[in-house]
Amino acid sequence: MTDFLLAAAIFLLAMVALGLVRILRGPGDADRMMAAQLLGTGGIASLLLAGTATGEAATIDVALTLALLAAFASFAFVKAQSAPTLDDSVQEDER
Amino acid sequence: MSFVLDLWTVIAVAAGAIFFLAGTTGLLRFPDAFTRLHALTKADNLGLGLVVLGLLPQVDSVSAGLKLLCIWALVLLSGATASQLVARALLRRDTHP
Repeated sequence: MTDFLLAAAIFLLAMVALGLVRILRGPGDADRMMAAQLLGTGGIASLLLAGTATGEAATIDVALTLALLAAFASFAFVKAQSAPTLDDSVQEDER
Repeated sequence: MSFVLDLWTVIAVAAGAIFFLAGTTGLLRFPDAFTRLHALTKADNLGLGLVVLGLLPQVDSVSAGLKLLCIWALVLLSGATASQLVARALLRRDTHP
């Protein structure tokens, strides 16, 4: 079972690494951020798999921290993207 | 009993890995940002969810299992919120370039 879980962790990391091609190709900032978000989720899943396979309880805590950081990264991106229009009172009614 | 639980782990983790494969394929192959967002959220919610459900029989204590479920819940909430926000930012960019 340990071998299977570790193999699954490696497979997920390979998938996430493949998804990073989207960061190279773009075209928009949002597409790049989505690839980074996939990196966050895939990293969490691989950490959980590796942590359960090796019985290392601290790895689960690392995954929890990564989940929190990935959430903040997405929100910070959206905040930075929409900052000019949010300050613009003409578009205030949209919100 | 142990065999059944191991079988469940293999099936659920493999299904989760397939969702990650589908998410990566969608992120690379789909034509525009909204469809890519759709592919990404499937990998986020279902892929990680199936991995967590598959790992539940393998953990030692109840608290470790609850921690796994908490991580999944956190990713579900943040993924849903972030995809709404990203889609709204994309829409606003498209209507007010």
